[in-house]
Amino acid sequence: MSTPKMKLSCPMPKLDYDRISLAHGGGGTLTNNLLAKGVFDLLGNELLDKHHDGAIFDWSGKTAFTTDSFVISPLFFPGGDIGELAVNGTVNDLAMCGAIPKYLSLSFIIEEGLMMDDFWRILISIKSACEAANVKVITGDTKVVENGKGDKIFINTTGIGHVMDGAQIDIDRVSVGDAIIVSDVIASHGIAIMSVREGLEFDSDILSDTRPLHNACNSLIQTFGSSIKLLKDPTRGGLASVLNEIARDSANGILLEETKIPIDNQVKAACEILGLDPLYVANEGIFIAVVEADKAEEVVVHLKSLDPNSKATVIGSVTEKHPRQVVIKSGIGGKRIVNMLVGQQLPRIC
Amino acid sequence: MKFMSEYRDGDLAQKLLSEIQRVVTKPWNIMEVCGGQTHSLVKNGIIDLLPAAVNMIHGPGCPVCVTPIELIDKAIYLAEEKNVILCSFGDMLRVPGSKTSLLDSKAKGADIRILYSPIEAVQIAQANPEQEVVFFAVGFETTAPANAMSVVQAHAQGVKNYSILTSHVLVPPAIEAVMNDEESHIDGFLAAGHVCTIMGISEYQPLVDTYSIPIVVTGFEPIDLLQGILMTVTQLENGTHLLENQYSRVVKAEGNTHAINMIDQVFEVQSRVWRGIGAIPQSGYEVKTSYQDYDANLKFDISIEAAPENEECIAGQVLKGIKKPKDCPQFGKKCKPEFPLGAPMVSSEGACAAYYHFSLASESI
Repeated sequence: MSTPKMKLSCPMPKLDYDRISLAHGGGGTLTNNLLAKGVFDLLGNELLDKHHDGAIFDWSGKTAFTTDSFVISPLFFPGGDIGELAVNGTVNDLAMCGAIPKYLSLSFIIEEGLMMDDFWRILISIKSACEAANVKVITGDTKVVENGKGDKIFINTTGIGHVMDGAQIDIDRVSVGDAIIVSDVIASHGIAIMSVREGLEFDSDILSDTRPLHNACNSLIQTFGSSIKLLKDPTRGGLASVLNEIARDSANGILLEETKIPIDNQVKAACEILGLDPLYVANEGIFIAVVEADKAEEVVVHLKSLDPNSKATVIGSVTEKHPRQVVIKSGIGGKRIVNMLVGQQLPRIC
Repeated sequence: MKFMSEYRDGDLAQKLLSEIQRVVTKPWNIMEVCGGQTHSLVKNGIIDLLPAAVNMIHGPGCPVCVTPIELIDKAIYLAEEKNVILCSFGDMLRVPGSKTSLLDSKAKGADIRILYSPIEAVQIAQANPEQEVVFFAVGFETTAPANAMSVVQAHAQGVKNYSILTSHVLVPPAIEAVMNDEESHIDGFLAAGHVCTIMGISEYQPLVDTYSIPIVVTGFEPIDLLQGILMTVTQLENGTHLLENQYSRVVKAEGNTHAINMIDQVFEVQSRVWRGIGAIPQSGYEVKTSYQDYDANLKFDISIEAAPENEECIAGQVLKGIKKPKDCPQFGKKCKPEFPLGAPMVSSEGACAAYYHFSLASESI
């Protein structure tokens, strides 16, 4: 499932200044220089190269369309950066719709003073991620705001893709007895970010799991067709919040087995120390599949054949009992409700 | 995982549950003092697995919950001062003051920083010499050593723009207050393991002797709690009242002497008001006069009117173990984590939060 990350080492072009200034977003010469030598040279393709106000292209068939904004801090973190995340996040949203991602838009809101080196690193990372996911950036925008009015850089990407023949992703198809599968270990992204947050740094080998998921999802649909009823990527709010959405929107209950949920030992230990519940910690490279029960084991085997390191497994099922609620069976046999995350997870006192 | 999975072992848990079932012959009320224990009991579904005769009563050991409303208002007042950076443990942010919470102030632009350690607050003070940095020093005996150390460090390094707003409370006087309350009927206690890690266990012997009750110092993992409950029930059934230590892998009889010395250097024991409970004599720490330059209460002229509690909140009775969260007519209705009437609904150690987040299950599963 995980695609080896491409390593690009394009030399940085001479871009006039060490830092992004307000003039780089002013629409004049500096903007044009930045776009021409930076964005267009790096990400160029037949649609982008036209420099039209928007991309003009033929399109037909069943379509998935999504947008996402990326405001992560820090910009560079163990296992990834904001550029890669901005591509993978939108690619994955399309993949969860049963679509093959095709085109992206790319918008930057940059805070005055961002180091040009950092901007270049982010662009390179976007290029690599686009190539890995086989998508093209075909339109975009760059704005610069005054120092103090942003947080270095915000990125928005919008994506469009063709929904695969045979894909029947629909919350209304989720029914009692369906199996719930998670594609890999949970909580790695959120803990990788926490490990480098200012004031909270701790040493670990934990890497963000950010990666494109379209290959795995597309392959599942190609192989199992309508037996794949729902795909969701548990980003913000973690596994718990996404499963609560499924329970709420399908009006069914969900029963999980705590001991079945895969988690890396280091991530688990970090969660214990920080007082965080891994069920609520963000992920960027895993998905949940709701599948027909009799296909569940085959789906797990298939996911492991795509990525031998995958810890894909069935973690629970859709139930008639406790509609609209997610219940988890603890390791010692007790049961408890898993609610949607309220607000932000905050560090505990002792 | 080493030292974790062993204490969450399903087979061992079943054996302990069977043993509790075998030993118990009549109903007992056992109070787990610490909110961390309450959460573990509810989160692991232990309450529903215990025999009906073993009634777990949730104690006042949630420092966030018992921090007086005036002090929260003071923290909010300071946070909204222009030249103040207010640092706090994350738990305090959602706790309602009389009108708003620190989270509301943060949203309005107050410089409030969530930290894991007060030592970081001293570093922030050094990095921002033009501003006053206040650490909201809340907690039981567990957080007191680090808070004291921050003051000692600031003093040693000549950091003058650092101070702490203290609301430190102590476990033994709280147990005494619970036992003296006519409405409470507690037969035995699970004492808070982490507090005893710092303070040792000797200060619980007078309570055992005075009230003729068993007290078992207990840890936080499911196996710890089940073993602590078994030890308490066994004593009750045998008619003994002893001080026992279930958590001996962590708690030494003498506690952590370095930490105790650090506390003694900076703090002295004084009376304190507990939110929802009232004043308890000799139940908390205040900054000693020798370190008064670091006491935010003295450093700033904070004029806050005493504010009444929300009348619909029964937090006081919940904290004393007289009522359970679901006895409150507003539980899960007017009072939810998003719109709390009282602190126990938002603290990570609050009993109401434990029931809200984990245990509506017993009604529907």
